[in-house]
Amino acid sequence: MKIAIMKLGGILITALPLDLIDEDAMEFQGDLLNEINAHDAKGVIIDISALDLVDSFMARIINDSATMAGLLGAEVVVCGMQPQIGTTLIEMGRELLGVETALNLDLAMARILAKVKAEDMEQADDGT
Amino acid sequence: MTELKNTQLAISSQTDVIVCRQKAREAAVTMGFGLADQTRLATAVSELVRNALRHGGGGNCLIRDLEEKVQYGIEILIEDDGPGIADIDQALEDGYSTDKSLGLGLPAAKRLVHVLHIDSQPGRTCISIKMYLQKKAA
Repeated sequence: MKIAIMKLGGILITALPLDLIDEDAMEFQGDLLNEINAHDAKGVIIDISALDLVDSFMARIINDSATMAGLLGAEVVVCGMQPQIGTTLIEMGRELLGVETALNLDLAMARILAKVKAEDMEQADDGT
Repeated sequence: MTELKNTQLAISSQTDVIVCRQKAREAAVTMGFGLADQTRLATAVSELVRNALRHGGGGNCLIRDLEEKVQYGIEILIEDDGPGIADIDQALEDGYSTDKSLGLGLPAAKRLVHVLHIDSQPGRTCISIKMYLQKKAA
């Protein structure tokens, strides 16, 4: 199953579907990096509101995707985590999910835009 | 008390990881577990079934109700006929892995359920997890 990655301005928005098999999750990781590269994306939002659980494998996919996207220079925010997933992740091990999160897509977008804007201003400052 | 039908599921593909955890969640719903416990149980099953598939080459998953002297609950048995776990204590430590994974699955599963018991020898590993619903009236 191919996961849609949508481009809005310089931001990529994607939503992980419920019951993703491991192979598709790994394919998503590769696709996301390719899309960031192809579109020079400055930010990525990964919505996980459809997920009814996040096990250690899925946590790793999300973490690694965010870290790799960061290495390419994109800001990443994960949004929409259901409360009971937060609980299980903490119980399973505190280091499982180390990504920046936002409550919902609206807040994630606001956060990403603020980060991208701050970066642009930094760049402008460096230019003078 | 809601009786749970025994459910036996095969573990032979990545899709079975999803089927097993869905059935575990359904069983937890049937038994009256809350959303947090449903999620804990389904997450633990996801970890263990994936392990059985990856390290044990597949096997099966049995979901049944549990009636002990003082408590009701669910028991899920995950079996595989793989090489077995050489050192169970070590396997339950965070970060121990025989492959390239982070080695967090088994210890994570243990933290999510009330009881996790491993019985392993070369050729057969059986992991039992239990979640208790409530104490019976004395």
